[in-house]
Amino acid sequence: MAEVHLRLPASEEQARGLRAGDIVFLTGLLFTARDEAHLRALEYRREGKELPVRFTDGALYHCGPIMKKEGERWAIVAAGPTTSGRMNSLEPEFLEKIGARLIIGKGGMNKGVGEAMKKHGAAYLAFTGGAAVLAARRVREVRGVHWLDLGMPEAVWVLDAEEFGPLTVGMDASGASLFEDVSRQVERNTAEVRKKLGL
Amino acid sequence: MAMIPDKVIEDTVVEILRLAVTKLPADVEAALRRIYEEEKEPASKMQMQAILENLKLAEETGTPLCQDTGIHVFFVRLGAGCGDIEGLIRKGVERATKEVPLRPNAVHPVTRRNPGQNLGVHMPYIYYEPGSGGCLEITVMPKGAGSENMSQLAMLTPSAGVKGIKEFALNTLLRAGSNPCPPILIGMGIGGSADICMGLAKKALLRPVGSSNPDPDLARLERELFEALNGIGIGPMGLGGKNTLLGFHIEHAFCHTASHPVAVNIQCWAARKATARIFPDGRVEYLTHDVKAGRQQGSRAAGKKGGR
Repeated sequence: MAEVHLRLPASEEQARGLRAGDIVFLTGLLFTARDEAHLRALEYRREGKELPVRFTDGALYHCGPIMKKEGERWAIVAAGPTTSGRMNSLEPEFLEKIGARLIIGKGGMNKGVGEAMKKHGAAYLAFTGGAAVLAARRVREVRGVHWLDLGMPEAVWVLDAEEFGPLTVGMDASGASLFEDVSRQVERNTAEVRKKLGL
Repeated sequence: MAMIPDKVIEDTVVEILRLAVTKLPADVEAALRRIYEEEKEPASKMQMQAILENLKLAEETGTPLCQDTGIHVFFVRLGAGCGDIEGLIRKGVERATKEVPLRPNAVHPVTRRNPGQNLGVHMPYIYYEPGSGGCLEITVMPKGAGSENMSQLAMLTPSAGVKGIKEFALNTLLRAGSNPCPPILIGMGIGGSADICMGLAKKALLRPVGSSNPDPDLARLERELFEALNGIGIGPMGLGGKNTLLGFHIEHAFCHTASHPVAVNIQCWAARKATARIFPDGRVEYLTHDVKAGRQQGSRAAGKKGGR
């Protein structure tokens, strides 16, 4: 288990070098994207329209922050991760057609996404769900926002982060997944739980 | 009957929203601290440490502890004269969205359009209960989607019995896995009808964490389910660990002899709630949070009485 400090954008080699269980801190630009931004980005790509940010080689953050407008600028208030599993059906296509080297979220993603990360060279980094003030503290500046018509949570926010973390590599590009390890352990424990409950 | 001034009600709604999203009640924080102490593995310990550190930062800075400030479910006990309570709650939510600030989460369910004020048809949602003693009591539960999305209802057959209840609880927990931000609080409704059952599951979340149902049979079932399911191994944030649950609460209602409804409403570790009691003379007492006297006009320090 290593502690890794990465600067963004990250190379394929850097993403492939991360191992499940490593602790990571990121410095550079993070792009937030949830359900609606994934859908629109994929639609833009299908229609050949230009995307507002370069997700490729970047860090995709499953996050819908609270932002406050101060004059002309946006100030970050709270910005923890959202449930990544909601994007399970969209992420493989996103990784294939648009790309991202690092995906930050909570709760992990399914096997399909794991396979896509293996193929395209990406890693999944887990941040503590709900730890939104901790996350916001690691953002130096809000660089901009795109697609605000989707609403504050669903828009694409460009966050300039410094030592954003601690993030745990939950899934790596070799196919290893801490969430799957836990699932296997939970499966083993379930027999004992059933016995306790008389089932 | 004396009427409570509109301004007091509106200001109190803003205040309980602020309290709820910036500071967890003492019972919830105590449960999180206990789990932090009990977790020994570095992965789960680190998650619990981040949770506790985040709570401290949120309180110090008066910032929402989670960016998902939820949709707003209110529980109102009407025991005193008041004006247009729904209108005042809506005004309070709109103001709190700007002033705290809260994330605008309420969207049209089909078009997904977000008007940006946390207001819409039936949103915020208000449960009304008759109260007594001449006071108006308002509770807010800001409910995030990560945990709510993992909630389930089962219309079992009566022959499924208690085993059916346990089986459903286990399967719902396994299906939720790492998604609802564990350690979670489980609210279970048993009985009533489909809608009543789900409402009971939600109300069970308002009880102080770890409290027991007054019915000894249900209290036993709560304990049994808590002890068995807490050891499932999902752990804090789904990264494994000794603790998966903050608590397991059951509320019940009698039901049709041919029905056996069971519902599970899941609450993430950020089990946010705040209750204010407003007296007919306009005094406000906060039942879930310590509030220093003078912070709001007419308020006074409230003891730690836990939730309800």
